[in-house]
Amino acid sequence: MSTGTEQVDELIRQEYEHGFVTEIESETIPPGLSEDVIRLISARKNEPEWLLEWRLEAYRHWLTMTKPEWASVHHPDIDFQAISYFSSPKKKEGPKSLDEVDPTLLETYEKLGIPLEEQKALAGVAVDAVFDSVSVATTFKEKLAEAGVIFCSISEAVQEHPELVKQYLGSVVPARDNYFAALNTAVFTDGTFVYIPRDTRCPMELSTYFRINAANTGQFERTLIIADDRSTVSYLEGCTAPMRDENQLHAAVVELVALEDAFIKYSTVQNWYPGDDQGKGGIYNFVTKRGDCRGDRSHISWTQVETGSAITWKYPSCILRGDDSVGEFYSVAVTKGYQQADTGTKMIHMGRNTRSTIVSKGISARHSSNAYRGLVRMTPKAENARNHTQCDSLLIGDKCAAHTYPYMEVRNPTAKVEHEATTSKIGEDQLFYCRQRGISEEDAVSMIVNGFCKEVFQELPMEFAAEAQKLLSVSLEGAVG
Amino acid sequence: MLSIKDLTVDVDGQPILKGLNLEVKAGEVHAIMGPNGSGKSTLAHVLSGREGYEVTGGEIKYEGQDLLDLEVEERARKGLFLAMQYPVELPGVNNMVFLREALNAIRAERGEPALDAVHFMKLMQEKLKIVAMKPDLLKRSVNAGFSGGEKKRNEILQMAVLEPKLAILDETDSGLDIDALRVVADGVNALRSPERGMILVTHYQRLLDYIEPDFVHVLANGRIIRSGDKSLALELEEKGYNWVLEEAAA
Repeated sequence: MSTGTEQVDELIRQEYEHGFVTEIESETIPPGLSEDVIRLISARKNEPEWLLEWRLEAYRHWLTMTKPEWASVHHPDIDFQAISYFSSPKKKEGPKSLDEVDPTLLETYEKLGIPLEEQKALAGVAVDAVFDSVSVATTFKEKLAEAGVIFCSISEAVQEHPELVKQYLGSVVPARDNYFAALNTAVFTDGTFVYIPRDTRCPMELSTYFRINAANTGQFERTLIIADDRSTVSYLEGCTAPMRDENQLHAAVVELVALEDAFIKYSTVQNWYPGDDQGKGGIYNFVTKRGDCRGDRSHISWTQVETGSAITWKYPSCILRGDDSVGEFYSVAVTKGYQQADTGTKMIHMGRNTRSTIVSKGISARHSSNAYRGLVRMTPKAENARNHTQCDSLLIGDKCAAHTYPYMEVRNPTAKVEHEATTSKIGEDQLFYCRQRGISEEDAVSMIVNGFCKEVFQELPMEFAAEAQKLLSVSLEGAVG
Repeated sequence: MLSIKDLTVDVDGQPILKGLNLEVKAGEVHAIMGPNGSGKSTLAHVLSGREGYEVTGGEIKYEGQDLLDLEVEERARKGLFLAMQYPVELPGVNNMVFLREALNAIRAERGEPALDAVHFMKLMQEKLKIVAMKPDLLKRSVNAGFSGGEKKRNEILQMAVLEPKLAILDETDSGLDIDALRVVADGVNALRSPERGMILVTHYQRLLDYIEPDFVHVLANGRIIRSGDKSLALELEEKGYNWVLEEAAA
């Protein structure tokens, strides 16, 4: 009578709209990982000796480590020798300005809806564009420099601001932190560097768009954001990749440092290619993101909307070291098809009166699996620390799964930890109710899902809240089975 | 407006409606009464297009078209409204957003422009009076945490806002205390109009103390076995259903 399963299947086979490949000549080093490859990457980037040493040390340690197995995700073993660790659009030297950027690249970003030409750029948003292994363009650099803000690729920062990089790089996520972080340390190729000086409110939103283009290439970017005393910054990252049959690895590390009274808001709209409807291809997104609330009264807020990737494995975390510091994590993770997500956060309370809030919304449709994994740790010194966790799962159809793994360690009697969790399902009766009032099934699903995610969307910068909502309705079109 | 001929419907392979005939004209209010399990709610659901009800024979004409060819939302947009026995909760979906979305879908079908927030608010203030509903219920999620009476009132509010041509009220009186029943009935009476047909599905006569029907039908064992005016309802109240069933069997 109404929407049968077949029609639904048809609807869900909806295309990934960023799946195109850019025809551009790139220089890709042959697949394989060894000390020589790392030396080559480092030499290419004209890095100082200490950085090469750091990479090699991480690599040697990585060799002794085993891949983590605890996550609730399944995939064939990754052959690290089959991946190429450096791919760069061919050019003689780094572009000095946008005029020197290859027009094909500009077109690629244009196609993704990210105009890099400054006059057309999103009002008030500065963009750093990372294509495969290198940063190709950073907009609004001069304007930001007037405010003393440094916003550039991390390769450039290594050359131009070595003292800052040396002081902070690896200070939040050490080289040996975990398997993928060690790998990233050994082979990271580019990423974004941000420094906000004291008493400065960054005059515009900063954002980085990551794009994996070349085949058989991994993307290992490294982002480092430092907010000095009493400064404020809002940063957004977006990600897309072409549709390819083979899986591609994305193992990034993001480090945030918030000093006294500083505030960092970090938002992610992740839309990597999730694989086809048979579960073939797609990005493995194994990312380590951590913020260090180093100064008193500092504040770090993570907001993520995760709709893509074949596998998502990431736990943006906060170390609440400074007294009265605040950590927040707002997350919407959507899985459909055969996508798997194991995501959540860690809130490590070390300072007194530290507060953390976790709001996690997991939405699973079709055959997908969605897990929330979170750790709240109250150390003995965390007097009067507070955490509130709210963890909601929404199921669409009856072949998907949702899991919740909350871990709590409380070693201070004055600390308070609260955890709330719900699981609900978009029911046939709810859809019927909406349709009987004249609302189409798709609109009904998107209305229910958006209602479910409201608390998280409110946290996104205004420019991106609408984008996230649109992304969500697109990715769930016809997801009711 | 609505013409049902020889309708037969199976649910899970079991015949529930076995040759039902009914004519509803604009302006008329029909009460469908009958014992439990007689097929009253099945009729309401088939008219709305709900899944799980298999029409095995007969036809339903609505405004001259074959109703069974239309999807659930198409029927709704063409003015068919079902006030449900168990209104569904939609957590996280704001009641007002929901109503506006529904109204604009129906207005689009009628070729009318979408209502903006300001005009919609004005309309709501007017319609809230019909069901004596507190405005703060509009700010809450659809039916979530509503009392039984509030849910039924919300159904009547939706009906008032969407202005259907044919309204079907499925056991709207069930679970209501006498005060709530009166409020709901007042709302329904306020919506009676020469352009609107109504079907009241009910088990008890008491609703008909407040809403006076033009016709009363007794549905039993999948067929309408007797039709009459409101005096039939009173007779049923007095004597129960058995005598009609026996007469029909004889």
